[in-house]
Amino acid sequence: MSENSTDILDELTNKDYEYGFVTDIHTEFIPKGINENVIRLISRKKNEPEWLLDFRLQAYRHWTTLKMPEWAYLNIPPIDYQDIIYYAAPQTRKDSRNLSEEVLNTFDKLGIPLHERRIPSGIAVDAVMDSVSVATTFREPLAEKGIIFCSFGEAVRNHPDLVKKYLGSVVSYRDNFFAALNSAVFSDGSFVYIPKGVRCPMELSTYFRINAMNTGQFERTLIVADDESYVSYLEGCTAPMRDENQLHAAIVEIIVLERAEVKYSTVQNWYPGDSNGKGGIYNFVTKRAWCKGESSKISWTQVETGSAITWKYPSCILSGNRSSGEFYSVAVTNNYQQADTGTKMIHIGKNTKSRIVSKGISAGKSQNSYRGLVKIASEADNARNHSQCDSLLLSDTCGAHTFPYMDIHNDTGIVEHEATTSKISEDQLFYCNQRGIPTEEAIGLIVNGYAKEVLNKLPMEFAVEAQKLLQISLEGSVG
Amino acid sequence: MLTIKNLHASITGKEILKGINLQINKGEVHAIMGPNGSGKSTLSEVLAGNPSFEVTKGSATFEGRDLLEMLPEERSCLGLFLSFQYPVEIPGVSMINFMRTAINEHRKRKKQEPLSAGDFLKFMREKQAVVEMDKSLVNRSVNEGFSGGEKKRNEIFQMAMLEPRLAILDETDSGLDIDALRIVANGVNKLKTPDNATIVITHYQRLLDYIKPDIVHVLYEGQIVKTGGPDLALELEEKGYDWLK
Repeated sequence: MSENSTDILDELTNKDYEYGFVTDIHTEFIPKGINENVIRLISRKKNEPEWLLDFRLQAYRHWTTLKMPEWAYLNIPPIDYQDIIYYAAPQTRKDSRNLSEEVLNTFDKLGIPLHERRIPSGIAVDAVMDSVSVATTFREPLAEKGIIFCSFGEAVRNHPDLVKKYLGSVVSYRDNFFAALNSAVFSDGSFVYIPKGVRCPMELSTYFRINAMNTGQFERTLIVADDESYVSYLEGCTAPMRDENQLHAAIVEIIVLERAEVKYSTVQNWYPGDSNGKGGIYNFVTKRAWCKGESSKISWTQVETGSAITWKYPSCILSGNRSSGEFYSVAVTNNYQQADTGTKMIHIGKNTKSRIVSKGISAGKSQNSYRGLVKIASEADNARNHSQCDSLLLSDTCGAHTFPYMDIHNDTGIVEHEATTSKISEDQLFYCNQRGIPTEEAIGLIVNGYAKEVLNKLPMEFAVEAQKLLQISLEGSVG
Repeated sequence: MLTIKNLHASITGKEILKGINLQINKGEVHAIMGPNGSGKSTLSEVLAGNPSFEVTKGSATFEGRDLLEMLPEERSCLGLFLSFQYPVEIPGVSMINFMRTAINEHRKRKKQEPLSAGDFLKFMREKQAVVEMDKSLVNRSVNEGFSGGEKKRNEIFQMAMLEPRLAILDETDSGLDIDALRIVANGVNKLKTPDNATIVITHYQRLLDYIKPDIVHVLYEGQIVKTGGPDLALELEEKGYDWLK
């Protein structure tokens, strides 16, 4: 790269993380470490029923038999699970009229106003700070349509049958190390139920914020879309800048019934660590949707710019006939960030379709891997998949890797895979410069052009946000 | 408008330009001719500020400012335009978006407000007509999948949009059939005003049948070895370059 663009890439390594502030708020902690007593304590704090405690304990016992997965193309330093605080609750009242000033200010600073009258377009928000949900907006108008949108804790209290029926049905605690850990200690998260035939009139979103020190965040999201319903769901996340690494191990489970459709969008902007790779969030997340009903549809869209290490594979189980799964991803890594992310498309029903569009962007000394599985079961006649995995390199010191797996047991399936690797060339930058476009803007223009196919899948407000985020995480701000 | 004095430039340590002197005034059309490897393209890239080339000696002033001190984008905004010999493809970036960004960067430097979407589209349609450019091209990614002729036409379209004070056309005729050549040359002629100037770099007399030069220079081994009127181009066409050695 020319000197000019190297300068800019250097500059972005020094770019401050905008959301790195800490809120000084009285927070209740439980002691560090994990054991059965800690799990009983968390369950007691949340006034949980016996069956949920049993679920947690089973998960915990299973977890103690597991080892951290090592197959990912990641270099994960050893994690001392006894050195983590598993529950931290900012002291606040769960009522948006009486939220403490600190909480309101925190979310205001993050651009997430929790006053309903101040939210311009129809987005309902569940705000989760550390281990608890601090506010959920627009609940009443949603309830009129029979839509349930509340914190996970409330769902356990008020809709135990639904939670009991679906909890762990898509991601079992036996699924993997981090799923077992989450199932044992999960604190809060969001619950969504869209009744039969209802089209959710606004975007639902959860905003996750880590605030407290030395704590892990282990939230759980459960979305159930009943027959012929539709919902678009958004997730955003940030954390303070700290020298220590913090663990985030979440589970998202989505159940999609007959002819229902769920769109799940994530803009992940956890603190990525500093330019020397110190600090940052470990984002080890299990997300999976089960297209159970006929002609059901799930679409995952993710823009991943944050986290020191990302281990994440939002997946689709396509068991309903004619169901379809989509995965659109932009993953940006810079400095010493590492990402191993992709998807699994499991075709079980007949005439199922899946589409994968993955766009990796690597800069600095980062490592960025796409890992994807397309599986076609023997009974899945006429399954179709199209995968496209592109990598864009912005430096000579970064790495981009692609690990596609295919596991095909039915001859009628059609599976296509395309992959490209490209670099922003000096010629392209000079061409832009010659037309009056400075290098920084030119990189932004090219990166956004490259990621356009995925960004276009995001809801409008989010797309603008994501575009800005791409510019910031890659370019540094102008002036 | 442009004054070049004793300009030396090299790439990866190899000297290509060995003392260029050139004076260009507004309203003039200069043709620079010369055999392959004489430094014609290097001269245009150096004037536009391509960082791959290193200026080792000499000076260039443009519109009263030190050209060599400026970043390529500053030169562009001051009114220097290069029509590339090999325009690069930029996948994923639409021509519309690219041009709008460029125009607004120019406006920003002139402390003007960005053009509204409506005004921009209107302006763009006017300029497309100048080079008889297919309307669908602007929705495609910059130069991606364009034919050789479309790329050259696209360069002149961008020139029309940016309204430069000095346009350098680097072998704009190469790869063009006779119809495309006429359209491109007509476009250039339409954009001509008494206040701007053009440098036409070419191997052949052919383009100069359409774009009439006031002054013709012959570049040979990194130096301008001969300067004359339009007749010089005809003479070169007839005799080749060997007699100049």
